[in-house]
Amino acid sequence: MRVATRPAGPLQLRTSAKSFLSVFLSVAFVFPAGIAWPATFMESVPARDDGHGSALPLPKDKKTKQDAALKGLPITELSADEAIRHALNRLAYGPRPGDVERVRQMGLAKWIEQQLNPNGIEDRAAEARLQQLPTLRMSNAKLLAEYPQPKQQAKQLAAREARQEQSPQRPGDAQSAKSDWDGQGAAEQTAGVGTAEGMKDDGDATASMKQEPVAENTATRGLGKRDLLGGGDPNEVPRAIADDSKRPQRVVEELAMAKITRAIYSERQLQQVMDDFWFNHFNVFAAKGADRWYLTSYERDAIQPHTLGKFKDLLTATAKSPAMLFYLDNFLSTDPRAAARMAAQRAARQYRRGGFGRPWPARAQQQQGKKNVRGLNENYGRELMELHTLGVDGGYTQKDVTEVARCFTGWTIDKPREFGVFKFDERMHDPDPKMVLGKKIHAGGMKDGEQVIELLARHPSTAKFISTKLARRFVSDTPPQALVERMAKTFESSDGDIRAVLKTMIYSPEFWSREAYRAKIKTPFELVVSTARALGADVDTAMPLVQWTGRIGEPLYQCQPPTGYADKSDAWVNTGALLNRLNYSLALAENKVRGSRSDVGSLLGGEAEGDAKAALNQAVQVFLGGQTGAGTVETLEKELDSPQILQAKLDDPVKKVDLGVVAGLVLGAPEFQRR
Amino acid sequence: MSHECCEGVRGLRFSRRYFLKRGGVALVGMSAMPAFLQRAAAATAMPNKKQLVVLFQRGAADGLNIVVPFSEPNYYRLRPTIAIPQPRRGGSDAAIDLDGYFGLHPSLAPLQPLFHKDQLAIVHAAGSPDPTRSHFDAQDFMESGTPGVKATEDGWLNRAMEAAPEENASPFRAVAMGPNLPRMLHGSASAIALPDLRQFKVMPQAASMAATVQGGFEAMYAQTVDSALHGTGTETFEAIDMLRKVDPGKYAPEHGAQYPTSRLGQSLQQMGELLKANIGVEVLFVDCSGWDNHVNEGGVQGQLSNLLRDLGQGLAAFHQDMGDRMQDIVVVTMSEFGRTAKENGNRGTDHGHANCMFVMGGDVKGGRVYGAWPGLAEQQLNEGRDLALTTDFRLVLGEILSKHNGVSDLNAVFPGFENNPHKFAGLIRS
Repeated sequence: MRVATRPAGPLQLRTSAKSFLSVFLSVAFVFPAGIAWPATFMESVPARDDGHGSALPLPKDKKTKQDAALKGLPITELSADEAIRHALNRLAYGPRPGDVERVRQMGLAKWIEQQLNPNGIEDRAAEARLQQLPTLRMSNAKLLAEYPQPKQQAKQLAAREARQEQSPQRPGDAQSAKSDWDGQGAAEQTAGVGTAEGMKDDGDATASMKQEPVAENTATRGLGKRDLLGGGDPNEVPRAIADDSKRPQRVVEELAMAKITRAIYSERQLQQVMDDFWFNHFNVFAAKGADRWYLTSYERDAIQPHTLGKFKDLLTATAKSPAMLFYLDNFLSTDPRAAARMAAQRAARQYRRGGFGRPWPARAQQQQGKKNVRGLNENYGRELMELHTLGVDGGYTQKDVTEVARCFTGWTIDKPREFGVFKFDERMHDPDPKMVLGKKIHAGGMKDGEQVIELLARHPSTAKFISTKLARRFVSDTPPQALVERMAKTFESSDGDIRAVLKTMIYSPEFWSREAYRAKIKTPFELVVSTARALGADVDTAMPLVQWTGRIGEPLYQCQPPTGYADKSDAWVNTGALLNRLNYSLALAENKVRGSRSDVGSLLGGEAEGDAKAALNQAVQVFLGGQTGAGTVETLEKELDSPQILQAKLDDPVKKVDLGVVAGLVLGAPEFQRR
Repeated sequence: MSHECCEGVRGLRFSRRYFLKRGGVALVGMSAMPAFLQRAAAATAMPNKKQLVVLFQRGAADGLNIVVPFSEPNYYRLRPTIAIPQPRRGGSDAAIDLDGYFGLHPSLAPLQPLFHKDQLAIVHAAGSPDPTRSHFDAQDFMESGTPGVKATEDGWLNRAMEAAPEENASPFRAVAMGPNLPRMLHGSASAIALPDLRQFKVMPQAASMAATVQGGFEAMYAQTVDSALHGTGTETFEAIDMLRKVDPGKYAPEHGAQYPTSRLGQSLQQMGELLKANIGVEVLFVDCSGWDNHVNEGGVQGQLSNLLRDLGQGLAAFHQDMGDRMQDIVVVTMSEFGRTAKENGNRGTDHGHANCMFVMGGDVKGGRVYGAWPGLAEQQLNEGRDLALTTDFRLVLGEILSKHNGVSDLNAVFPGFENNPHKFAGLIRS
């Protein structure tokens, strides 16, 4: 379907490193000191000194002496400005106004070092913005209690629980809980690939009738007013802004707002990038039953503490998280012989108590009558190897899947609807020896699973698989094999130290190659966040940005399959999504997004207001670092040549350039879709 | 902006692709209109393809109360409070007799004439053979088209398009009504998600700027050397321009059709608009939810009844609006699984197994309820509780795809499933 005019290759650039430096000095001199140009503007103006862009000669002079700002890094193909932007686009969510200059002055290597050690970075401003989201700090139990399932479902559950409480918990309880959740799952699991219908009140089938909007917005027509995460009309959100309704879906909404807020404002940018990476790697779908209550703790307690730590710790934390246990059904997984074993135990007990004549096996028989009530569930065992560690070609068999599943029997959730905490239930566990990847596992109890984690975390296939994924995220869709191998080697020699692996990657020339520059298409999340950062937007409430992210195709926390969202360009480049990207850029730059404000005027400078061409040139400097594909600026100039651009505000006697439109256009440029 | 410039090309038999290729260069600096008219001229010359509409009922619809086996005493025994009464003359609060054995839920009355005009067929006891009772897994399997296999990345509907590749495919070849592409349409064939036709355009704050802004974006994407973005950009603006021609703001359904104002009704109406616009639509997807009625499902009245009223009115309006176009359209419904044969303690039903599917259109040999009926006696039920499955949903879809849409390689669409034409129910005219 796609028209390829030319093979993808490095973009033709309008600047060269050499000219950049020399012109920087001269132009900096030309500008009178009295004008308060934003730092970004100052720093980037020279690259486009020629105004109309008689494109400068292309080839890079590799012998150019390395800029002092790049000291210590293996950068030969990129200019200082490019390298800094590259770092800010890969290790952070894109430059904010002034960022490039700040990093230049600090020295790129030092900035990277800081990002690799985030705890040393002061981040109170971002933390302050998260204060208004109370659920972020709550436990599963507290969220379950304070954001309960509404109406009848609750009653139904109460009734079932009452029945269960007549006897101590037994393996089958988990299954009862499962069917409860599935029951509730209802509409929510309609989420398809994330129509946020999934987040509406479930279990209330009348909802779809009741919720017929009265005064419909055309974009949200019939989606129901609660279609917030999946990309209803982002401007239709007044109720989401200060929402104390205690609906369960509020929990995930706050989580999504926090994710956006941190990505825009946190100074610990690499940590946010890694948080996104690992959450996606260990994906859990918010709309699967109880996971809506579990995700907050999952991200906060299982993912975030380990984003730059040891892979094994991360793997262990996710394996024990109620969110993952629920999502991949391991909390149900039981040794198939457990029922018989327990019935026998009960019988023995009752025999000892002299309980003859009681119908002791009745309960067990009832349970066995319900099919699938208990038994081995291979879901987690399979994904643990295929998606979390070894990779699909990592050298395991179906037999290994079954054996791993046996090792993890008994890893379950204590009272899923009340406590929602990890518990190992010995009675559900398969006590016999297992063989995993040719290794005998017979440690007994919970140690079986822990040994499997140990085995998988240290497996060479895991080192390779994780390194490949990291390189794909940070370098290119098809990362150089040599780089991946170097990273995998570090992974193995450092016992899976994620920081060390990243360091190997960053200190490799491949990371800074011309080929890698702007090689990645931004995911919808990256696009939404990087645009807000580029504009220096003040985001009061992130909900509309959450919705835009969904609209562009990546509803946050709503990736249904355990694979997580794809990290390749073809997943994100499609017609509807591209249009939404463009409209988002326009909306944000024109201050049309509720709860976000940016001041394009001060970003582009005073001259821009009176001259469309000047405005355009400055927008290209500020947002694209002066680098556009050949012809883009000329093309836009022609489009903007129409008097339209000056007539946007008809009642204004002094014709001014519509700077929001100019900024929106440039932020919608193909170059800004890449990082 | 002038129309004269297009006169010359209108009659030529260049493919749309030709214009795309040439247009990338020729359009620089020109406004969008000439390109759009060129492409539109080429687009209308596309052969009139058969169209497939897929409607997914998310949440597991209760097939036993939708197409009621009213002749089975077991049905009434199992559902003391929510059963739909046997048909009776003049009674509107009872099942609508279809064939003396099965009856439609009374809220589906708008579909009755279509059934009797042979435009609507029903396949009962159909669905996915995987035993899962998780909405999550079951929907996944029904959309991937590979029950039991989780690793499948793309969806069957996308593979169906790939199996019948099209050189000059329209950007509207496959459209999902909604904000996201469903799993079913994931894959390498291009497909778009359309939340609302009226919003599918470049939207600057000042409407007067729209042409300028779109021109700017369009020119940038036409010029870029970025091959991925160039192609998609071209398709996007082409789609916008084609849609502008459709003028979605002014749509009036024909033949007196009245779509419900619900989301489903409006989506169906917009699908009608797209089909009538002759812009190369072949595959349409829409979903509706709310079917997971564990509590107070209702019988003749109630939650399920409300949903069915919406569904019945929507499908009937679509059929009416499309008129003769229905000759080229098949609509098929599906839901991830059925519900328990026995009602539960909350006057609702729990997750079951087999379900019913509706197949509507001119190519359909309607007026029949297809599929072997497994019965509702205790020993006939799946796992002692649900309607057993006698028709794999892939067999129903396979027949539609091969006989209606002309897909020859069904193995590519449903890998690992033997879609033997001898097993087809014969619900599509060949």
